[in-house]
Amino acid sequence: MSEIKFTIDGKECSAKQGQTIVEAAKDNGIFIPVLCHFEGLKPAGTCRICTVKVGGRNMAACTTPATAGMVVENAVPELENMRKAIVEMLFVEGNHMCPTCEKSGNCELQALGYRYQMLAPRFPYLWPVRDVDASAPKIILDTNRCIQCLRCVRGITTADGRHIFGLVSRGDRTAIKADPELAAQMSEDQAKKAMEYCPVGAILKKEVGFSVPIGQRKFDSKPIGSDVQKS
Amino acid sequence: MANLADVVKQAVKRYGDASRLLDIIRDVQAEMGCVSDEAIKTIAGELKLSRVDVDGVVTFYHFFSKDPVGKYAVYLNNSAVAGMKGRAAIARAFEKETGVKFGKTTTDGLIGLFDTSCIGMNDQEPAAIINGVVFTNLTEAKVKDIVAGMKAGKDAGTLVKEQGDGQNQSALIKSMVNNNIRKKGQVLLAPFESGAAVKKAASMSQAGVIEEMKKSNLRGRGGAGFPTGMKWEFTGKSAGDKKYVVCNADEGEPGTFKDRVILTEIPQMLFEGMAIAGYAIGADEGVLYLRAEYVYLKKYLETVLEDMRKSNVIGKNIGGKSGFNFDIKIQLGAGAYVCGEESALIESAEGKRGQPRNRPPFPAQYGYMGKPTTVNNVESFCAAARIIIEGGDWYAAMGTAQSKGTKLLSVSGDCEKPGVYEVEFGMTVQTLLEETGGRNAVAVQVGGPSGTCIGKKDFGRRICFDDLATGGSIIIIGPQTDLLGVVHNFMDFFVEESCGWCVPCRAGNAILKSKLEKILHGHGTETDLNELEDWCKIVKGMSRCGLGQTSPNPILTTIQNFRHLYEAKLQKGVDYATEFDLAAAVKDSCEAAGRKPNLEGH
Repeated sequence: MSEIKFTIDGKECSAKQGQTIVEAAKDNGIFIPVLCHFEGLKPAGTCRICTVKVGGRNMAACTTPATAGMVVENAVPELENMRKAIVEMLFVEGNHMCPTCEKSGNCELQALGYRYQMLAPRFPYLWPVRDVDASAPKIILDTNRCIQCLRCVRGITTADGRHIFGLVSRGDRTAIKADPELAAQMSEDQAKKAMEYCPVGAILKKEVGFSVPIGQRKFDSKPIGSDVQKS
Repeated sequence: MANLADVVKQAVKRYGDASRLLDIIRDVQAEMGCVSDEAIKTIAGELKLSRVDVDGVVTFYHFFSKDPVGKYAVYLNNSAVAGMKGRAAIARAFEKETGVKFGKTTTDGLIGLFDTSCIGMNDQEPAAIINGVVFTNLTEAKVKDIVAGMKAGKDAGTLVKEQGDGQNQSALIKSMVNNNIRKKGQVLLAPFESGAAVKKAASMSQAGVIEEMKKSNLRGRGGAGFPTGMKWEFTGKSAGDKKYVVCNADEGEPGTFKDRVILTEIPQMLFEGMAIAGYAIGADEGVLYLRAEYVYLKKYLETVLEDMRKSNVIGKNIGGKSGFNFDIKIQLGAGAYVCGEESALIESAEGKRGQPRNRPPFPAQYGYMGKPTTVNNVESFCAAARIIIEGGDWYAAMGTAQSKGTKLLSVSGDCEKPGVYEVEFGMTVQTLLEETGGRNAVAVQVGGPSGTCIGKKDFGRRICFDDLATGGSIIIIGPQTDLLGVVHNFMDFFVEESCGWCVPCRAGNAILKSKLEKILHGHGTETDLNELEDWCKIVKGMSRCGLGQTSPNPILTTIQNFRHLYEAKLQKGVDYATEFDLAAAVKDSCEAAGRKPNLEGH
């Protein structure tokens, strides 16, 4: 595989041919915030928080391949403001009650809220009425917390390739739904994986919500992105 | 009632596989009156899909419903122009005659009343679609008759009491829709001899056809304006054993209806254009993606295709040229504006939710069924057919530097002569207003909601890609119309029509609408207006596809050009005003307790 050279915020970077900007940035020690992206899953580009500027145009770094000579703007004030706005949009679009959420401290949305020093969202709360589905034996799907990143849709399928989670409806009513029949048959391992894929507390494996105490969780001591960023 | 399992089995057998899911669902709904969870389970079982995927498709499209829509499903257009033309009174008349509110079905399951986004009849509003049949220029008296007919169990088609002009009278259409062709130009609405274009193309090389298209400088007529010749060249050069030509007949931008007229009057020209594209890129199959609102044209279009096969204008060895094979099938949509975006259209044509794809790869590399595909607008294909006959230079002699040829405009709103105008690119808005009898205009929405709203100071600007680009929608707004009400209607539309995939469009449009309402309700301040403008830029800047990248335009361009209208609604001298009305909130409890509220300081 041939290497290509490009720059992010003026810093020379190298990438493998076909590698996305997000992946290449990570390899070069540069943090681009992501939410819907998950290593190993096909990029979806739903959250847009990884938006960068290339040649004056905004594009999602998770779906755009790095190309030779590309000049990428990343940590610039204009983009950082809009990324923060995405986090805020997600907070007002759903019903996110961090203090009572089993995922607090392990939640990527919450962690990005901290990283962007979000105090109160600039947008009005929309207070949607959303479903909680606890009918499957191994998982709870609380769509109040769902950010529709589609990681579960992309990552959790049956042996014959059928989706266990899917999108229904459209517009501001769009929601993730679990297939009632297939979700009922999820294995222990699938349930665990579904919870791991979920960046927020929308998919929980039953009975393990607080197995790691608050205070010892992933983002409790270090901000999100600190494993990537080398400066 | 028919047995669900049998209905599903037959539908699946009729269409074959999951790529025809839209057709399968449509047939099941037609037979059963809705697509219930049980129906979804049965369809999923037959097609070996998960239920949630079928559910996702059913709930994505406006014309599919999990709840019964009634033996007669009335879809009344709620476009802004319908509002200008008296929709409210018509809606009330429907509710009065049926005894049911919009969004509901009568208890006997006979009639359902529903709102629907622009149905492509802005030149003859108020209009509605009932069981696929279009009713235009509705009056309260007509509504009375129609409802009486439905109650008497008559077929919706027999309730059509008048017929439109031209081919609308054809036995296969028999519609009351009028073409309203107001101005004919040299390219699209000039006489066209069926078969002439493909014959000419057959005498040329594939490269020659593309060369001619490039010479013409034809740019995509859907609105984005990508050079057609270049698109064909890319698709032609893409590696692939199979390629497709797809025609975007999903004309969903509110205010545009010119493709409806093409499909009614000159489908032959359109289909020839598609065949020529097929010849140029090396494709032998074409798909016409027809919006569900135009289902009343489907039988007619299928007959036109059959006639064209018989006269060898499409089919095998077209024009006597061995190896020039091209045929066309029609795929119906099911009600989703976003499917006008080419990759969403492809997804939909494959039987999925109409969500745009991430690019790259582009359709030219990975399109319909994963094969290299060129997707062009109805009007672009027609222009291509004429260009092949008359030559690229002939075509490029018309128009402006960046916009060659002519454009079909769909003109509606507050004007005397709404309808379709074929004009040379470069015409000023003022000239158009004079021709259409819209001299009183205070604002013109160029390019539909996703376009630009201009005021009088800009009426000297020209309609072309170099200045005011449009896919064809021109909405004239007179002094009697509440412009901010129109803006609100447009935002309602975008919130409803967002596919929901990306955050800035899904959440952002709902947020913009809520902020706009705060101002319209008189609770806004200068700060709110400035924030609204800022937030528009965020939604535009962060959204994934053209929908979210343009949906804030109604707000943005009216703040730019009609700021005084917003300012008149603002509370002056305060930084912040709450939308919360304390007096209203405590009214009921105070009444119950027999107390007077203490609202001091509020």
